[in-house]
Amino acid sequence: MASGQQWVLVEMVQAFYEAPAYHLILEGILILWIIRLLFSKTYKLQDSSDLTEKEIEEIIEEWQPEPLVPRMSKEKPAPSYNIVSGPPCHKITVNGKQCINFASFNFLGLLDNDRVKNQALQSLRKYGVGTCGPRGFYGTFDVHLELEDRLAKFMRTEESIIYSYGFATIASAIPAYSKRGDIVFVDEAACFSIQKGLQASRSHIKYFKHNDMEDLERILKQQELEDQKNPRKARVTRRFIVVEGLYMNTGAICPLPELVKLKYKYKVRIFLEESLSFGVLGQHGRGVTEHFGVNIDDIDLISANMENSLASVGGFCCGRSFVIDHQRLSGQGYCFSASLPPMLASAAIEALNIMEEDQDIFRLLRDKCKHIHKELQGILGLKVVGESISPAFHLQLEQSSGSRESDVRILNRIVEYCMDRKIALTQAHYLEKEEKFLPPPSIRVVVTVEQTEEELEMAANLIKEAAQNILQ
Amino acid sequence: YHQKICLHCDKVNRKSSHICHNGGIYKRPFKESFEETPMLVAVLTYMGYGILTLFGYLRDFLREWKIEKCHNATEREEQKDFVPLYQDFENFYTRNLYMRIRDSWNRPICSVPGAKFDILERVSYDYNWTFKYTGRIVNDVINMGSYNYLGFAENSGVCADAAAEMTLKYGVGVCSTRREIGNLDKHEELEKLVAKFLGVEASMAFGMGFATNSMNIPALVGKGCLILSDELNHASLVLGARLSGATIRVFKHNNMQSLEKLLKDAIVHGQPRTHRPWKKILILVEGIYSMEGSIVHLPDIIALKKKYKAYLYLDEAHSIGALGPTGRGVVEYFGLDPRDVDIMMGTFTKSFGAAGGYIGGTKELVDYLRTHSHSAVYATSMSPPVVEQIITSMKCIMGEDGTTLGQERVQQLAENTRYFRRKLQEMGFIIYGNDDSPVVPMMLYMPAKIGAFGREMLKRNIGVVVVGFPATPIIESRARFCVSAAHTKEMLDTALNVINEVGDLLQLKYSRHRLVPLLDRPFDETTYEENED
Repeated sequence: MASGQQWVLVEMVQAFYEAPAYHLILEGILILWIIRLLFSKTYKLQDSSDLTEKEIEEIIEEWQPEPLVPRMSKEKPAPSYNIVSGPPCHKITVNGKQCINFASFNFLGLLDNDRVKNQALQSLRKYGVGTCGPRGFYGTFDVHLELEDRLAKFMRTEESIIYSYGFATIASAIPAYSKRGDIVFVDEAACFSIQKGLQASRSHIKYFKHNDMEDLERILKQQELEDQKNPRKARVTRRFIVVEGLYMNTGAICPLPELVKLKYKYKVRIFLEESLSFGVLGQHGRGVTEHFGVNIDDIDLISANMENSLASVGGFCCGRSFVIDHQRLSGQGYCFSASLPPMLASAAIEALNIMEEDQDIFRLLRDKCKHIHKELQGILGLKVVGESISPAFHLQLEQSSGSRESDVRILNRIVEYCMDRKIALTQAHYLEKEEKFLPPPSIRVVVTVEQTEEELEMAANLIKEAAQNILQ
Repeated sequence: YHQKICLHCDKVNRKSSHICHNGGIYKRPFKESFEETPMLVAVLTYMGYGILTLFGYLRDFLREWKIEKCHNATEREEQKDFVPLYQDFENFYTRNLYMRIRDSWNRPICSVPGAKFDILERVSYDYNWTFKYTGRIVNDVINMGSYNYLGFAENSGVCADAAAEMTLKYGVGVCSTRREIGNLDKHEELEKLVAKFLGVEASMAFGMGFATNSMNIPALVGKGCLILSDELNHASLVLGARLSGATIRVFKHNNMQSLEKLLKDAIVHGQPRTHRPWKKILILVEGIYSMEGSIVHLPDIIALKKKYKAYLYLDEAHSIGALGPTGRGVVEYFGLDPRDVDIMMGTFTKSFGAAGGYIGGTKELVDYLRTHSHSAVYATSMSPPVVEQIITSMKCIMGEDGTTLGQERVQQLAENTRYFRRKLQEMGFIIYGNDDSPVVPMMLYMPAKIGAFGREMLKRNIGVVVVGFPATPIIESRARFCVSAAHTKEMLDTALNVINEVGDLLQLKYSRHRLVPLLDRPFDETTYEENED
């Protein structure tokens, strides 16, 4: 073996002597070049600073940043909040005035319910207030597991997952599934939390006109054509449609059966946001799937917050285990945040109990909505925007006065007029610079089960009066 | 491999632990240590992960060829021709590594998360794919995992009584946003109290700590601004920075030279390509980093911030209530002026036993956030009993309820922290972080030891938190203990004995610097070099 190696060495030395001169010179130059590259400084991508120390100091001295927050001008002071003293239930005290509440999303009147309060109290006496940890680190309580179980059973899905903040629910769910490169088709009137979820996901967003299925089909067809050009990429690009059951910004209901048809035709998954329709639509309050009689397994993910009908805090997502279980490790608002305080979870469980026992409240709520909807038709200057069975609808100015600011001011005067006469209303507030498609200014009227017929009549008459006085 | 070059003392520190004084900026010795991973341990850990990966591929192969039963939930029949929702390799780690030790996490409890709690027992007959509850409750497990620093997680006492009263009076929900009709008088009271507690002009409270970061950073900075964020910042800070649209540059963890270099480069060169000057520069740091146990070098950062005219955003999620002689957080710990920090953010979940977050600063800042924060306009306000719990516990810490209970708890926490850390270091474990931080990460390194440690500790009635990849770098898995003021010395001693036992059983005592065991005298600031190598 050794002789073999030696033999190879001799051959090498021989070859070295026999090689032509230019060959050796070329190799020598190459070796020197490599050595030079190894020892030279790394190539800087940023232009190397040939500024002197003194110049650097001067630049640092001269640079002035903008103020951390822009100065508020004296002419337009920041609008102050309404202060509510006491519980925000049916009879509410706003800025010292006692009013009837037409502004809180307390659809089923469970905010002031004694059973719910007692259950929360019992839970407080057992668990304390906070959970002191995220779900993964001893923040999972048996009440959380029970609530998830109950919600899954109520909605007739396999599994559900709870979040501790309503806004964070859909904003964490969307980025868990849709990543960079995926495509999401979203309605223009989607609420802000959906928009933030989409922004966090970094996917391609394609908007379609509000509730316009033809527009949606048009862009789906467009996408199909593009897919045919690049089938390899299309095979790994996930597609989603995100819609709301009952839109917060317009009070409209999404046409779910057509959406399901489009889903199977173009192979897109549906994410349904049911914050306003959970506990409102459907015979048993199960939301828009029950309202239309759609099989709940056809919807991939249903997300809702528990802050409207359930009068608690937090949110949940439900669907098949295949879909929901993924969020337990990749939903940011679930993994990296403390869990829901157990007393709020117990309150939600009791609210669910009440919803299951008393099936009639849903029909009652819908009747009241239809009633006030009819009453408010035909007001000169104001138009009602929203379905007749939507408990949260908008009153917009029929003719805009030109600028958004003056519209807002006029509507504010109507709101104040009503508040002075014992009806608490509110304008729908938006972050004007942040919204993608800013809805026109409007007053949001909320109907709850606790409002009596007389109160509804009174509210309708008052709004008519206010419109007459202020808009004429 | 941490080679720390101290900015002040100007010498390369070959030892892994370092104490610095910096002639006056640091009023007390700042001692933190991040011992290097022993070479043998690193090699064995990589080997362990390699073997697990190979087995993972084998199991995937068996599952695909139906030789092994697949426990995973699968897609619907009707949707089998849709684009797959998850890519197979994305979940490789989850399926093959996480699943095997999954019982160390998500353990359900059924009592107050105080110093001791009750865990629901669960068993798995199919290697952690599904769990069944036996119905038995493991009582009085010592809690070393919950963030209960000052022991306010209790179901009786002044705070709980006040919260109970508020539940009956106000109810549990609010059903509206702050901007519309959800702004209760209780919220205003809370905000004034928080401002007083922190020593700032005004503050604003939000319903979720995570959302406080992710919704307010975009309101403060936008395109054309620069964010300098620490390497190990929490997911909420990273998400907030991303959503804002500003340029993000990362500096090495707690490394002031790295930060200074970035600041200098940013101001001198301006925005990339156009070289226009930056509109604002925002530095994002945390008070205590929960995975490392390190405390931010705040005096240095404030000096840099003043020199380069940047703004400082300090996230005191873990340090509020836990550091400082009266529990005011990391600013008080260093003896600095709260007005030097532009935006002080924190959470109520950890030291106050409630839920939610706050931002404190100048009146201008808070007025701006009241109109422009996403949370104020679109998210429901905080629940009234939770607000009451915060108000009562904060008053207790400040001493305004007439007792010295709060002060006692803060001191108890400091003592417990020092004792616990000292004893663990004497035993020979590798502990990361600052000596005063109540978050104590203990290194495990090897993947099998993560699961083993969690299980062995539970068998001996101690509940601990173990963390691995991806929350930590792949070979630096650790167990993280959270010391609480509610722990008595007996509980800590029991826990320490058990940790000693398990440490011997699993061979976790990697440290090569053995501390000379102190006589039982109080920690004296004149004793420094005690390490024997």
